[in-house]
Amino acid sequence: MPAPIRLRELIRTIRTARTQAEEREMIQKECAAIRSSFREEDNTYRCRNVAKLLYMHMLGYPAHFGQLECLKLIASQKFTDKRIGYLGAMLLLDERQDVHLLMTNCIKNDLNHSTQYVQGLALCTLGCMGSSEMCRDLAGEVEKLLKTSNSYLRKKAALCAVHVIRKVPELMEMFLPATKNLLSEKNHGVLHTSVVLLTEMCERSPDMLLHFRKLVPQLVRILKNLIMSGYSPEHDVSGISDPFLQVRILRLLRILGRSDDDSSEAMNDILAQVATNTETSKNVGNAILYETVLTIMDIKSESGLRVLAINILGRFLLNNDKNIRYVALTSLLKTVQTDHNAVQRHRSTIVDCLKDLDVSIKRRAMELSFALVNGNNIRGMMKELLYFLDSCDPEFKADCASGVFLAAEKYAPSKRWHIDTIMRVLTTAGSYVRDDSVPNLIQLITNSVEMHAYTVQRLYKALLDDISQQPLVQVSSWCIGEYGDLLVSGQCEEEEPIQVTEDEVLDVLEGLLVSNLSTPVTRGYSLTAIMKLSTRFSSVNRIKKVVSIYGSICLQMYSYSLQVQSTHPPCFTGSIYTSSLFYRFNLHVLYYLVSLLFQANDLLDLLGGNDVVPVIQTTLPTKPASAGGELLDLLGDLSLSSRTSLSLFLSFSFSHSPVITIHATNTTEADMTEFVFQAAVPKTFQLQLLSPSSNIVPALNQGSVTQVIRVLNPQKQQLRMRVKLTYTHKGSPIQDLAEVNNFPPQSWQ
Amino acid sequence: MIKAILIFNNHGKPRLSKFYEHYSEDTEQQIIRETFHLVSKRDENVCNFLEGGMLIGGSENKLIYRHYATLYFVFCVDSSESGLGILDLIQVFVETLDKCFENVCELDLIFHVDKVHNILAEMVMGGMVLETNMNEIITQVDAQNKMEKSEAGIAGAPARAVSAVKNMNLPEMPRNINIGDISIKVPNLPSFK
Repeated sequence: MPAPIRLRELIRTIRTARTQAEEREMIQKECAAIRSSFREEDNTYRCRNVAKLLYMHMLGYPAHFGQLECLKLIASQKFTDKRIGYLGAMLLLDERQDVHLLMTNCIKNDLNHSTQYVQGLALCTLGCMGSSEMCRDLAGEVEKLLKTSNSYLRKKAALCAVHVIRKVPELMEMFLPATKNLLSEKNHGVLHTSVVLLTEMCERSPDMLLHFRKLVPQLVRILKNLIMSGYSPEHDVSGISDPFLQVRILRLLRILGRSDDDSSEAMNDILAQVATNTETSKNVGNAILYETVLTIMDIKSESGLRVLAINILGRFLLNNDKNIRYVALTSLLKTVQTDHNAVQRHRSTIVDCLKDLDVSIKRRAMELSFALVNGNNIRGMMKELLYFLDSCDPEFKADCASGVFLAAEKYAPSKRWHIDTIMRVLTTAGSYVRDDSVPNLIQLITNSVEMHAYTVQRLYKALLDDISQQPLVQVSSWCIGEYGDLLVSGQCEEEEPIQVTEDEVLDVLEGLLVSNLSTPVTRGYSLTAIMKLSTRFSSVNRIKKVVSIYGSICLQMYSYSLQVQSTHPPCFTGSIYTSSLFYRFNLHVLYYLVSLLFQANDLLDLLGGNDVVPVIQTTLPTKPASAGGELLDLLGDLSLSSRTSLSLFLSFSFSHSPVITIHATNTTEADMTEFVFQAAVPKTFQLQLLSPSSNIVPALNQGSVTQVIRVLNPQKQQLRMRVKLTYTHKGSPIQDLAEVNNFPPQSWQ
Repeated sequence: MIKAILIFNNHGKPRLSKFYEHYSEDTEQQIIRETFHLVSKRDENVCNFLEGGMLIGGSENKLIYRHYATLYFVFCVDSSESGLGILDLIQVFVETLDKCFENVCELDLIFHVDKVHNILAEMVMGGMVLETNMNEIITQVDAQNKMEKSEAGIAGAPARAVSAVKNMNLPEMPRNINIGDISIKVPNLPSFK
């Protein structure tokens, strides 16, 4: 059999593949060759084959059949074999395969090998993927190597010890004696890894922390030497002597000094020295400064030092380097709770960062800005934040809007300012405002009694401009319904009152009802508003007419919802369960109509006959009855915050018989995909379903699926339909069945 | 702790992938793809820090990356590592590669991926930084490579010959042999009659 090709050849060959399929073919061929070579137990070329296998593994192809071969390589005497074998073990094996335990003996032997590089390989592999069993077996060997004078091995042993401690925390005690003179090493590599080991031990055990506190003077001395030592070519990185070690020591000092006055005292000088002497023109200097700042903030440092630290962070904010700015903003966010005043001094810089182009920086700046808002700076900050809201990316708008509302609620200097701010948010980022803000806002408006006229006027004007932002429209319609009389009478003190007639107001509200942009919830709000105005306006006839047209549809939907409710328990989400909100609205509509009914008998004709009313009376479950009790309160003060989880809303519209159109909308946050509407009718009917507009119902009422149904009813019987909806929501398939019996006579006569 | 070190090119092809935490093979490939997706979207002049994707631990872990020509070097770390320090570490790593391969380019990483692993093993071990001194790392890697070469036997003869010639100390061959103006006195020899 010819010699297996070299790794380089394989790579070259694979690179000539022009398609994924070609590459896969080449790799499969080579895998087959490698497999037969393994079967032949060929010692000479095993190393080469495993190397190729590791390359293929990196590209994403399965390579598990090479695991045992790695073990054989590790057991070989040749360094080349061991090197690839250990690499393969680190890449292909982990503690989930039982095979890895076979390595333990090999590693043990190699840890005692005469060649330091073999020992190094063994330590490296153990430190990367050693399981708890392996670590238990081999901890003694690692501990021995921790005490060796060979610095190459000593540093590896230190990190291996960290891994052992992570896997088997009980063994930590074992390494304690070996740490005695770790810090007296001259070799920086050993120093570095020793500090890592000490850090790990201190973080894991409070006893160790107490024990190692006495090392603080020694650490301070080492740090001092690094700073004062002048130029040392070995350890120099961009002009600073071993910044990695400095950063590590600073971190260990932070852990040791936390909540301990004496240690913190001992560190104060060196921290001040580092903070003032470090070169800040390059990243390395900034890394050290940053670590120093974090340490100062964490230990019990004196106040002068803390102010120095925050000023350094403030300076970072002005740095050209984006990384520094990002890192500074992150730390300021952490310290704003404890050192609020000091951070306030940098407020203007932070607010400038809102205009940065980098998304990560903008987000941090926004969070920090909200944390800095207080009673004194609310006006200025809000101006900046509202400007930010105007121009920021959509991903920020929801959070920013919520933040603005919260801040306004806490610190609003006046009611008028508060309402103006809310208006501003609704008009600029209205569609991103969270759903629960609407009821909260309504609550707020209700409570500011003296501002009612002003509020309703402004909201009305906003409605005239733009009816696409649903939260704005909902709040506006509610206000108009409540305070329409103030609007029409033109009594506004805060600004120039506008002249508006009842008909104009009704035009606007009716416009909302018919508009395609309005969601069913919005339609509910506007319909309610119209009805409320019947008690406030004089043009009751017009209102009655509007109500009758839409009321019948509402009643259909309402009775349909009742039908659905009786077949599904209320807690079953994902069903055709209309929101309790709309449910209440429909109920609201219903009761209003019924009350109007008693006032004006002719309404009964408008509702289309006797079919409808009895249904309502007989199938009312007890739940609405109790809702009815609250309902009368609802008319006055709609606290609409109790919204159950929503899902699919299906409405039927009847433009002319025999055509019925269904509209499906989705109020949840996830799209409903693969939406299929199916219907079945009694034998005497014929049903024709035309193709739907799409099969995805977009989330948050952003669109709807419509489908036209033609019903042929030669015998003119009461239409009944069984409906089945299937769709996928948030990854799980959902199926719904329902029966609809209350089609209005117009649809089938 | 460093969770993973990934090197891939501008098209997402992995050039090196080293994980210091256990993931299944499928997950590893998905992580590479997800990380590439996140990192390639970034503009050239934004900061080098990103929140980790969902597969690698979400917002607990940061992706710290540097873009050199056609390659992305991405280190996925948790909060115990200093972000700015890791940026410097990436720089040291790339400089080390540069010294070992003499003006390293993507092809070097493609054809010598095992060597890159060996260099990395001298810098980062078990997810923790082992050695940051470039010269120290290179010395150790060279010593181990020498050991490998000495074992290579007859198959390594051509390679050894090449490196022997490279290391040979030949004296400078003079280009012009300029003896200068030697006045050679030609003796007046009697003519033979």
